[in-house]
Amino acid sequence: MKFLDEYRDAALTRKLADTLARETTRPWTLMEVCGGQTHAIVKFGLDTLLPPGLELVHGPGCPVCVTPVELIDKALEIAARPEVVFCSFGDMLRVPGSERDLFSVKARGGDVRIVYSPLDAVRLARENPTREVVFFAVGFETTAPANAMAVAQAREFGLQNFSLLVSHVLVPPAMEAILAAPDNRVQGFLAAGHVCVIMGVTEYEPIARNYQVPIVVTGFEPVDILKGVLQCVRQLEAGKAEVENEYARAVSREGNTPAQQLIREVFRIVPRKWRGIGEIAQSGLGLTEAYAEFDAECRFGVAGAHAEEPSECISGLILQGAKKPAECPAFGTRCTPEHPLGATMVSGEGACAAYHRYRRSQQQMLS
Amino acid sequence: MADVPNVLLAHGGGGRLMNELIESVFLPAFGNPLLDQRNDSAVIDLGDRRIAFTTDSYVVRPLFFPGGDIGTLAVNGTVNDLAMCGARPRWLSAGFIIEEGLPMETLRRVVQSMQHAAATAGVQLVTGDTKVVDKGKGDGLFINTAGIGVIEHPAAPAPAHVVPGDVVVLSGDIGRHGIAIMSVREGLQFESAIESDCAPLAAPVMALLEHGLQIHCLRDLTRGGLASGLNEIAMAAGVQLDIDESAVAVRDEVRGACELLGLDPLYVANEGRFIAILPPADLPRALDVLGSDARCIGAAGDGTAGLVTLKNRLGVARVLDLLSGEQLPRIC
Repeated sequence: MKFLDEYRDAALTRKLADTLARETTRPWTLMEVCGGQTHAIVKFGLDTLLPPGLELVHGPGCPVCVTPVELIDKALEIAARPEVVFCSFGDMLRVPGSERDLFSVKARGGDVRIVYSPLDAVRLARENPTREVVFFAVGFETTAPANAMAVAQAREFGLQNFSLLVSHVLVPPAMEAILAAPDNRVQGFLAAGHVCVIMGVTEYEPIARNYQVPIVVTGFEPVDILKGVLQCVRQLEAGKAEVENEYARAVSREGNTPAQQLIREVFRIVPRKWRGIGEIAQSGLGLTEAYAEFDAECRFGVAGAHAEEPSECISGLILQGAKKPAECPAFGTRCTPEHPLGATMVSGEGACAAYHRYRRSQQQMLS
Repeated sequence: MADVPNVLLAHGGGGRLMNELIESVFLPAFGNPLLDQRNDSAVIDLGDRRIAFTTDSYVVRPLFFPGGDIGTLAVNGTVNDLAMCGARPRWLSAGFIIEEGLPMETLRRVVQSMQHAAATAGVQLVTGDTKVVDKGKGDGLFINTAGIGVIEHPAAPAPAHVVPGDVVVLSGDIGRHGIAIMSVREGLQFESAIESDCAPLAAPVMALLEHGLQIHCLRDLTRGGLASGLNEIAMAAGVQLDIDESAVAVRDEVRGACELLGLDPLYVANEGRFIAILPPADLPRALDVLGSDARCIGAAGDGTAGLVTLKNRLGVARVLDLLSGEQLPRIC
C-alpha cells in the first residue's frame, strides 16, 4: 500500500539500524514525545534494533494519559446528567476517574457516545435541540483545530445546546518542563510529527537553542522513527543542537497557518494540570472570552471540582521518561487494562498499555 | 469482577472481560463436563453417534450491510460454530425478538436472506419463536439461532488435540466483516466498498475431513478477530502459537480503513474465515483442499502455554495479546 509499505520496509529498517550501530560511539538517551511513536516502537520492536547504550524513553505525548483525574471526574458528572448527550473519542471511555469511567456511566444509563469528529457532535446538537450535547475536547495541538472548528460552527448555527469540556494541552511547555527538571536525562527529542503538521517547527527552535538539545520532527512508521533516531544521534555525536524535520512529507516549517489562526480565534493559552505531573504554566488551551458561552465547565457548574490522583500509580514518572512501565510494582499485577490504576494502562497511546500488550511475556518469550 | 457492579459493553466484546464474565458468573452456575469443554459447540455422545449443539444471538447495527444482513449472519454464525466441531450442520431454530414498529418489509428481507443462507449451507430451519417488544425496548430486530449438526467422522477437532509441531492454516484474508459493518455504522466512505466476508464454512471443513486429513482443531474467527481466536486456542490447548505476520492476508482496503481508524486488523471481526490446526505432514493437502486463499500462518510450540507471538516483517517477535474488550478508535 502506497505511503505505508515504503515506511515499513524491512530492508530499509535494517539498513538504518546498521547505520545507527556504526555511527553511535557513546550512550545516548532520547525521548520520543508522542505516545503513537511509543506504540510503534514497542509494537515493531524498534528499540531492540538499536545499538547497546542508545536508549529511548517515552514522553508525555498521550493526551488521554495526561488528562487530570479531576477533569475525568467532571466528564463523568456531566455525562451522568439526564439531559446530556456526552460525546467523546473512543479511547477516553476507559480512562479511570476517581471512582469509575465513562463506560460505567454509559452502563448506568448515561447517554455517552463515541464520535470520530467533534463536527459529529455539532451535528448531534442540531438534530437534538432539546438535549445538551457536550464534546470532550481532549488532545494536543493536533486535535485543536477540529475542536475549534466545532465551536465556530456551533456559533454560526446559533446552537445554544452545544458545549466543550476542554482539556487541551501543548507540547513545547511539557518538553521544557522535562528539560528543566533537575534529574532530567533526555539528551535529544523525537518531536511529534502530527503536532508539527499543525504548528510547524519554529516553536521548537528556542528550546533546542536554550537547552542545547537536538529536536527531530519525526513520523510514526518504523522507517520514520529510525531515521529520526539516526538524525538525532548524528547531531549529538557532532555536538549540534538543532531542529530537523524528518517528517517533511507532512510537516512544513510554518505548519498549517489557517488551522493555527482558527486555534487562536477560539482558544487562549492557559495553565493546565497534567495527570501525574502537576500544573505546567502556559501549557494548555482554554476557550477565549468570545467563546466562553460554549464552556461546559461553566454551563454545568463543575468548574471548582478537585480530585486526588491514586497514590500507587507512577504514571507521572512514566510520562516524564523517568521510569519504564515494567519498573512499576503494580504493572501487570494490580494494574492491568481490565483494572487500570492510571490512564497510561488503558490509552491507545499509553506507554504502560504498549508494554502490557506487546511485551508482557517478553521474558518468557525469550527464555 | 467484584469491583464491576454493572455489565459493560466490553463484557460482550469477545475479549478478556467476556472470559472473566463466563468464568465468574456462568461456569460456576452451569458447570458440567460438556460445557467445560468450552468449544464452539457442545459435542454430545449419544452412544451410536455424536451430535454437536450450539446457540448464538445476533445483535447487529445496521441490520443490512455490504455483503450480508442480520439474517445471513444468524444462519452462517451458527452453521459455522457446528462446522468447527467437525459436524455437518443439519437443523436450526430461530428466535426473533422484534421491536414494535419494525417495517414488515425489513422482516421479510431478513427472513428471505435466512432462507437463502440456510439453503446454501444445507440446513433446515425446523422450529422457531417470535416475541415483539415495546418500541424503544429493542434495536429493531434481534435473532437467536440454535443448531444441531451430526458428526460423521471419527475426528473430533478440539483444542485439546493440538500438539507442538502442528501448523496453523488460515482460510483467507481477514477483517472484512468488521470494516464493512463499521463503514456503514459510522458513515465512513471508502473509495471501494468493502463487503463482509460472511459465508458458511461447513463445506470447506467437510472437505478437509472427507479427504482424511488429521484436523486437530478448528476455530471460526468472529468478534475479536484472528488474534482472539488464536489466544483462545493457545489457552485451551496449553501450547504456544507462533504466527508470522507476513503470511496473514489483509486486503489493501481493509488495511487502509484500519490505518485511518487506528484499528489492528488482527482484532477486527470476521464471519467467514477459520483457522485449522493440523500436523505438518497434512499441510500440502489441506492447502490444496482449501484453495488459493488459504495460507500457513504459523505453528504450535511447547514454549509458554497460552502465549501467542507474532513475528513482524522486521523479524521481531512480540506478544499478540487478547484485548480487554472491543477496539476503540484513537484520538489522533
